[in-house]
Amino acid sequence: MIKMWLIVRKELALVFRQPAILRMMILMPLMQLILLPLAADYEVKNINLQVIDQDHSSYSRSLTQKLGASPYFKLVEANGDPAMARRNLEQNKADLTLNIPAGFEKDLIRESETALSIEADAVNGNKASLGCAYASQIIGDFNREVREKLMQLPRFNDFPVIEVRSSFWYNPFIKYPLFMVPGILALLVTMVGGLMAALNIVQEKEIGTIEQLNVSPLRRYQFLMGKLIPFWFLGMVSVTLGLIVGYLVYGIVPRGSLLTIYFFSAVYLIGALGVGLLLSTLVDNQMQATLFAFFIIMFFVLMGGLYTPIDSMPRWAQILSSFNPVTYFIRVLRFIVIKGSGISDLLVELRSMLLFGIVLNVLAVMNYRKRSA
Amino acid sequence: MKAIEVKDLTRKFGDFTAVDHISFDVSKGEIFGFLGANGAGKTTAMRMLCGLLKPSSGEGRVAGFDINLQSEEIKKNIGYMSQKFSLYNDLTARENILFYGGLYDIPYKELKIKSERLLDRLGLGPYANKLLRDYPLGWKQKLAFSVAIQHQPMIVFLDEPTGGVDPITRRQFWDMIYESAEGGLTVFVTTHYMDEAEYCHRVCIMVDGRIAAMDTPQSLKKKYESQNMDEVFRKLARGAVRSPDVPGRGKR
Amino acid sequence: MTIKEFKHVLRDPRSLFFLLAQPVMLMLLFGFALSNEVKESRVAIIDQARDEETKKLTDRLDQSEYFDVMGHYADPSVVPALFEKGAARLAIVFPPHFANDLEHLNAGQIQVLADASDPNTAAIATSYASAIFGAYQDELLGLMKLPYKINIETRMLYNPQLVSAFSFVPGVMTLILTILCTMMTSVAIVREKELGTLEVLLASPMHPMQIVVSKAVPYLVLAMIDVAVILLLAVYVLGVPIRGSLFLLMAENTLYISNTLALGLLVSTITEKQQVAMFVSLVGFMLPALLFSGFMFPIENMPWPLQWISHAVPTRWYYRIVNAIMIKGLGLASIWKETLILAVMTLGLLVLAVKKFKVRLL
Repeated sequence: MIKMWLIVRKELALVFRQPAILRMMILMPLMQLILLPLAADYEVKNINLQVIDQDHSSYSRSLTQKLGASPYFKLVEANGDPAMARRNLEQNKADLTLNIPAGFEKDLIRESETALSIEADAVNGNKASLGCAYASQIIGDFNREVREKLMQLPRFNDFPVIEVRSSFWYNPFIKYPLFMVPGILALLVTMVGGLMAALNIVQEKEIGTIEQLNVSPLRRYQFLMGKLIPFWFLGMVSVTLGLIVGYLVYGIVPRGSLLTIYFFSAVYLIGALGVGLLLSTLVDNQMQATLFAFFIIMFFVLMGGLYTPIDSMPRWAQILSSFNPVTYFIRVLRFIVIKGSGISDLLVELRSMLLFGIVLNVLAVMNYRKRSA
Repeated sequence: MKAIEVKDLTRKFGDFTAVDHISFDVSKGEIFGFLGANGAGKTTAMRMLCGLLKPSSGEGRVAGFDINLQSEEIKKNIGYMSQKFSLYNDLTARENILFYGGLYDIPYKELKIKSERLLDRLGLGPYANKLLRDYPLGWKQKLAFSVAIQHQPMIVFLDEPTGGVDPITRRQFWDMIYESAEGGLTVFVTTHYMDEAEYCHRVCIMVDGRIAAMDTPQSLKKKYESQNMDEVFRKLARGAVRSPDVPGRGKR
Repeated sequence: MTIKEFKHVLRDPRSLFFLLAQPVMLMLLFGFALSNEVKESRVAIIDQARDEETKKLTDRLDQSEYFDVMGHYADPSVVPALFEKGAARLAIVFPPHFANDLEHLNAGQIQVLADASDPNTAAIATSYASAIFGAYQDELLGLMKLPYKINIETRMLYNPQLVSAFSFVPGVMTLILTILCTMMTSVAIVREKELGTLEVLLASPMHPMQIVVSKAVPYLVLAMIDVAVILLLAVYVLGVPIRGSLFLLMAENTLYISNTLALGLLVSTITEKQQVAMFVSLVGFMLPALLFSGFMFPIENMPWPLQWISHAVPTRWYYRIVNAIMIKGLGLASIWKETLILAVMTLGLLVLAVKKFKVRLL
């Protein structure tokens, strides 16, 4: 126990004496927490729409107006010139082109049927299909208004109507930061805990001080625990920091109890540190560690459901992501912060996180060699 | 009991035999010099004795413990100082002493008293709270040696301890070694400074992983009809095959 | 000297492995595992009516690829518990006497409750559910042909099948090049500083610039290999075409690689420790490259200060260029502006880096 505390005290002294590293540890979380949620707004809005109106009728003008008034679209000027419209699409100045052919209004009234065409820049498939859907919806509304006006329909319901009322729980105004902040916090804790611990040990390898420890009677678990505890502590500090930033910048107050958040963070950090410790036993220098860590972090982030939902992944990818400790922590933090879930709702995640913590740390201790073979 | 006994100690890295069946022993209180060019295998041999590297074959006992089976027991009874500077630059002198002392189970109260005494003896008292990074290299080396023997080990292993240090400091450093050896400490030191070999009670010269010669400096000079150890060494190393910087020289 | 650096890189098979495996992993994950589509959302049915109509509607949901009915309940009070456990994403509440209301009052009301903790998927799943109910209602209306109908014909340009790979291939390229060139180059140089070997090299008769260039060359070559790997995977595994000129694409890649190398050099002149160099590359360059390329996050949704900043990020321009060449098949005439901006940035960074390097070392 005493020896473990010696290492802990030494590590804390070392961390606090390297201002550059300390600054990084504070700056990195701040930057990410402030920037990423602001940027990660996936709602498709502000679609640049250009209208090539070759009809110049009152209907075509009122349709254009209706589209422009919608929050989804921003009208872009194309001067009615199809060549220019094409150029605008190529140069990303416009995302969608609506062609209103000559005779649009005439056909609608006389033939009772008319046609429009929409062209979308589909490089970003998601945006293109949503843009088309929104446009169709608005045109459909316009169609109904026109029909009611032309038919002079009496306003009563003669046929069955299913009315769908939807309500969004927990996040009624569809605010993205509420969703992103807990996820990014999970990622940060992983980086601060796991990555920093790994780099720290690898640094000792590079300078050579680790040899001095290896020829001493210090036990493997004492060494690793001594490294684990200070970074565990720093990880908890970064959780606190993250929650404060979330509150100050985005006004996010966790719905669940802080105690639950800290409890899960404490458990999770053991696993995250296990990843770091294991990593440090596998590499020789900081460059390798960086690359290796990068590889793992990319995997964790992409497969952890931070940006794209895990439910949308194919089966094999879902299985892969269930071996990713970050998956569970992202889920847990989101659940606690957004929905106020308690420990009893998250028993499965708790079990997985504990399992990761134990397995990874045992592996790390087994892999750490005081004596090379 | 001898401090170190080694028989047919061998270490291979793949096809490369870094240390090839070496046998020797070192008595208590002896200053034993381990000489050789870069790549001759001296660091590899030392790392096996300290329990940092597993021998491929051969036997040996350090401080009475088997190097194959009892490496952790050995570690309690030896001190070690490596060619790379091995104290923490971002800790103060006092913190370094307390930290490493603690690792060897020196009771804290005793350690506290001892560390103050040590700082006084080294003349570091006024600077004890400065970070080590600001110390001149010579001071650091002396401190590192004192730290390596503060738990009163039976043997201390010094791996090229005076690399990059000026002659006066080197002289002072060897005075410290003598002083400790008189107190009964066994010193196992590797070096490639041949003048330092003269300070040793007995030296062992390694060439290409084998022991080329082993005796007192006086007898060696007589045997090889040389003025100094440098000449002895050159005569012995003439037949060396390995160039310095052979890969796998225990850099793991 | 360059040969020595190559040996350094090649002697470290583990690093090499990660440098080459990283783009492969990213391409495969983006290509096959990740998607924004919302499918098979778990939905809980709270059926207080238990009549013919609700049964039909439930079946409709279950048969659709978008939903997966996870359970039937009688009481809406179970919903909070289901959401808190994450057992369901959507809950559909049918009021008592649903069929009756529909038949006699001509109005049936359905409540869709969504767990909006993930706002994007909640909104999409909700709209899918509404669409399914809407379609059912249209059937009830009995396929009567409505007068005054506007038909809409939509055409998806460049990417008719809406393959998501199209948008991420250039993204992965920017990501990999930033890691390789900016981060690895800066860390490699700072590492020599830390170990003290840089001074030895500087004391040699070589010109300092020569030293720096020879440190960068192996990473440049690796970057080229990675670009080739990414393009091959894109074309032969993911089926993304290269519609424009391959030569132009490679020329633009070289320009961007020089840009990231210049950044790496700049980082190496202002940092003294590997860990710091790494964090500066990560936070200072990696993060903006990810944020502002338009690859993962839509730039047009960002607050204006961020949009404004994004113009100063080279990645933004590079991403556009690659998109234009590969997917839209455009020539230099359409992207000369982006190319010029990128070239000016690169030149500026190089001059700045060299100046800094000289001040520091001479």
